[in-house]
Amino acid sequence: MGLKGRDLVSIKDLSKEEILSIIRASRKHIPVAEGKRTSNLLNGKLLALAFFEPSTRTRLSFETAMQRLGGKIITIADPSVSSVSKGETLSDTVRMLSGYADAIVIRHPNEGASRLASLVADKPVINAGDGAGQHPTQTLLDLATMDERFGTLSGLKVVLMGDLRYGRTVHSLAYALALFGAHLVLASPPSLRIPEHIRADLEQVGADLREEEDLRKAVHDADVLYVTRIQKERFGDLAEYSRVSSGYRLDPRLLNEVKPSFIVMHPLPRVAEIPSEVDTSTHAAYFRQAFLAVPVRMALLSLVLTGNPGPGGG
Amino acid sequence: MVRELKITPIKNGTVIDHVTSGLALEVLRIIGASNLDKESTVSVALHVRSRRMGWKDIVKVENMELSAQKINAIALLSPTATISIIRDFKVVEKRPVTLPDRFTGVLKCPNPNCITNKGEPVEPDFEVVRRRPLALRCLFCDRYVDDFLPHLNTR
Ligand SMILES: Nc1ncnc2c1ncn2[C@@H]1O[C@H](COP(=O)(O)OP(=O)(O)OP(=O)(O)O)[C@@H](O)[C@H]1O
Ligand SMILES: [Mg+2]
Ligand SMILES: [Zn+2]
Repeated sequence: MGLKGRDLVSIKDLSKEEILSIIRASRKHIPVAEGKRTSNLLNGKLLALAFFEPSTRTRLSFETAMQRLGGKIITIADPSVSSVSKGETLSDTVRMLSGYADAIVIRHPNEGASRLASLVADKPVINAGDGAGQHPTQTLLDLATMDERFGTLSGLKVVLMGDLRYGRTVHSLAYALALFGAHLVLASPPSLRIPEHIRADLEQVGADLREEEDLRKAVHDADVLYVTRIQKERFGDLAEYSRVSSGYRLDPRLLNEVKPSFIVMHPLPRVAEIPSEVDTSTHAAYFRQAFLAVPVRMALLSLVLTGNPGPGGG
Repeated sequence: MVRELKITPIKNGTVIDHVTSGLALEVLRIIGASNLDKESTVSVALHVRSRRMGWKDIVKVENMELSAQKINAIALLSPTATISIIRDFKVVEKRPVTLPDRFTGVLKCPNPNCITNKGEPVEPDFEVVRRRPLALRCLFCDRYVDDFLPHLNTR
């Protein structure tokens, strides 16, 4: 096995065991992520953050993860003032960064950019989102959040709500959950149903899939409700967007009928999908999910850069 | 077969037979028939009777053998096609096109936002995800393709 030196472009690049090894390692990083302990695990390591489009939380969490472990970062501050705007190809930029840093984290507006970068670079490439494409570290932290709450990923009943058609992070998550034998319930507006080929993909890894338009029915015996954003830019027709998104809001009263251990997750930022009154409920897990982004990325960077899962060795 | 003799025999070259009826001109596009040397004849028979497939098209090109990439493109277009190599008026080799597991440089990705459509020095690359009916997936952006004609890479 071993993740040292490996690329992470798509969640499909990882086996079930590798996913678990990252999640387990992330637990050991929590005290360091919280600032209660210090670590020098990545002392002397240099990470390139190649962000070709704006991102706040993903970028900050990678920076935080690297700094908490004593590593250093170099960064493309603003693609509009760098060589990118002078027409240099991504391939050339990546080749250069690969000469400077020990690993490259890339965020790019074009789908497949990260795969291309991994082909060009001699150093490991971690995909931090490519266009509407893959965002595997988001999937890892989503899984870590569920694993922390339930102590397992096996057999969870997870309701995926929202844009299941274009929301590719939700496709990666569904794929990973299927690997762990989750029962998936798809709750989306009819126009945003999961594409047939993604469904076929999920069924091929043995996914247990069910569609349920009635959210009340979907959540009543569920473990997790995963809410995604409905992106305006996906709709050609703004009237259709307003129609779909206006009904798209978690009714807090639904939480009176769920299991005690039930959690609500969201990749954030949210718009109006989850009303703020849910925030103080014991079911709200999205802020914990946002925090876990740091230890999960710490674990991944440790494994990829050194092969060492983290504090405590092993 | 007598009917096929309607086409001029060639001394050396390639015959692409059993092309799905109506697609011969696309085959010409793929093989780049316009780039042939002046001495070579290209003949096309459209809508020819075939015992095996009802109707078919045939393309015959003199003095040309096809690259693997072009044969792959023909396979995408017309999986029934057969390729015969003619030397000194005789068929020296005849084989059906076969579908490879991977199509490199054969078609462009239909996703306009795919990195392979952004001027990077990289060939579009697809893997077969389903054979019947054929479906491919872009190895860069994951886009699923089952309609190939508009995306064939003809340069
Ligand atoms: N000298 C030639 N010039 C042009 N075309 C030729 C020549 N010799 C053979 N062909 C063509 O090449 C293809 C293969 O030749 P072959 O004699 O094997 O045909 P066939 O018996 O009709 O076989 P099939 O079952 O493939 O149709 C046919 O389309 C035939 O018309
Ligand atoms: Mg014949
Ligand atoms: Zn593509």
